[in-house]
Amino acid sequence: MPDSQGTTLHPRPVLAGAAGASAAAEADSPAVEFRDIDIAYGKFVAVRDFSLSIRKGSFVTLLGPSGCGKTTILRSIAGLVDISDGQIMIDGRRVDDIPIYKRNIGLVFQSYALFPHKNVFDNVAFGLKYRNVPKPEITRKVGKALEMVRLPGSEKKLPSQLSGGQQQRIALARAIVFEPQVLLLDEPLSALDANMREEMRVEIKKIQKETGITAIFVTHDQEEALSMSDRIVVMNAGAVEQIGTPQEVYDTPATAFVADFLGKANMLAGTVSRSGQAVVLASSQTITVACSRPLAEGSKVTVVVRPQKFSVGAAVSANRLSGRVVSASYLGGSAIYDIDIGGKTNLRVNAPITGRVLREGEAIDLGFDPEGCVLLDEDGRRIS
Amino acid sequence: MLVAPVLLLLIFFLVLPIAVMAGYTFFTFVTAGVETSALTTANWHEFLTDSYYSGFLVKTLRVGAITALLCGVLGYFPAYFIWATTFKHKWLLLLLLIVPFWISFTIRTFSWINILGEQGVINVALLKMGIIHEPLQMLYNEGAVILGMLHFLLPYMILNVYVSLESIDRTLISAARSMGCTSAQAFREVTLPLSLPGLAAGLLLCFVLAAGSYVTPQLLGSGRDALFGNLIYDTIMGELNWPMGATLSIVLFVVLGFFAAVYTRYMGMSQIVKGLGG
Repeated sequence: MPDSQGTTLHPRPVLAGAAGASAAAEADSPAVEFRDIDIAYGKFVAVRDFSLSIRKGSFVTLLGPSGCGKTTILRSIAGLVDISDGQIMIDGRRVDDIPIYKRNIGLVFQSYALFPHKNVFDNVAFGLKYRNVPKPEITRKVGKALEMVRLPGSEKKLPSQLSGGQQQRIALARAIVFEPQVLLLDEPLSALDANMREEMRVEIKKIQKETGITAIFVTHDQEEALSMSDRIVVMNAGAVEQIGTPQEVYDTPATAFVADFLGKANMLAGTVSRSGQAVVLASSQTITVACSRPLAEGSKVTVVVRPQKFSVGAAVSANRLSGRVVSASYLGGSAIYDIDIGGKTNLRVNAPITGRVLREGEAIDLGFDPEGCVLLDEDGRRIS
Repeated sequence: MLVAPVLLLLIFFLVLPIAVMAGYTFFTFVTAGVETSALTTANWHEFLTDSYYSGFLVKTLRVGAITALLCGVLGYFPAYFIWATTFKHKWLLLLLLIVPFWISFTIRTFSWINILGEQGVINVALLKMGIIHEPLQMLYNEGAVILGMLHFLLPYMILNVYVSLESIDRTLISAARSMGCTSAQAFREVTLPLSLPGLAAGLLLCFVLAAGSYVTPQLLGSGRDALFGNLIYDTIMGELNWPMGATLSIVLFVVLGFFAAVYTRYMGMSQIVKGLGG
């Protein structure tokens, strides 16, 4: 990861002397910084105590289910939503009181939001026009932006004459053409069909790298988040669950919510047995887990194992479990098995195929590395 | 095949009656209530040569146009307000627009006599306060006719504009504002142009309804401020001259139809021109 410091949870805002610090801070201050913001709609608190600092040039994703507050946060940066408490800083400048049209921010919407009565040129030129850029300069910049999104020469077309993917590219061009300080992407891929989505994902990422713009991306799609982001902020019910690189949040989820939301995870409930490192599962099979500190005997824990972390077959050494295949689906290189090991829920295993694909009802042996799992305590927080 | 019943309905209730009316224009008027089917062009000759008729027609079109424009100006604001308000019960505001339709149109028109008449609220109040000593003549002129028609047509205009405002994706306005527009600029760039189709449709509707009206001018205008519709009424019901009445009806029908056709054609064209970045 190029910038492991891209995002950090702001521990407690350091309230330096407001006057002196600002000029010096300009150069290397974070692109966007949230300090303890609360956002409430009437009595409903959409976002609570949200603090985040986003480094310049990084691609940060706010990931969470609908209603978790991610879009609200995005809209608060743009000024489309008023914050109830806290501060938002853009390039070290406090913006809470700056009206939306004076903040220098590029916005891409899920619904494209292209002006249907204006052609591509007028759409893309819109932001430049309101920045009093001279006409020839506008023409040049619009041309360049359209080249960047690989739609050169489409100036005269109307949005209705373009496909969904093309419209979203124009929307992207329109948002970056005036070189905003931050690019906000509000589920820009959700309205596209599956093929287009993948293409746009690569495209957006490429353009973000080329321009070096700071991008904040909102999505509920974990695959998008994992593939595009430098940092992921996983949110639930208006609060942050975890912040980390895609690998960190996927491999070492901080909470049960993160484990469950980011891809399939097997959540095995169990009780710590006498030895302190062994866990007895509901199916009364015993497994060993790696944990830096001794676990209290008898405490309830959840062992989180990703489907890919299992190995299947007779050669399995550690944490051997045996069960029966409930269903199998062949994916070419690997196969996904649902396996009954005697507990309440079936195990989901995604294993590379060695030999033949097992059929329903067959007995199966599987195991996983003690290092390949995460332990959660009774409250669903990671024990480490 | 599903269109067959509709087609029959149209033929029997629209095309046929109009055709009969068109036929009547060539009948010969003998005396009040009596005509013969001997074909003549006398009715058309009279209409085309007597400036009395064309004068009425021009006046009718003028009053219709003025009414429609006033409706547009006065109707846009309430429509915009209903659309933009954060008031939770918008349906109530829309209901208020429709409530007047529950009262007979004739009664609503008559109510203006109680307001504007010599013994009406305004005159009585002003007299009592001693501001005037003679009752003001506010009824039976063109202004009163236009006022009455505004009263009757405004809801049509407001609803038309409201519907087209409601169809605007509000994220367009957020987008415009995020790119540097103040609210006023966003209105000019996005909201106004995208609501024009509703305004245009409202203008046409109000124009046609105003130019074709005869109850309002009958009640609120005097003989002098009658419109073409009143002329037709008098010719058929007063003079019992059906051939001439039919001629005048067909004239109004064709003229309003012509305006509607040209207008929609023009509006359609202008939509395209606007779309191409004009």
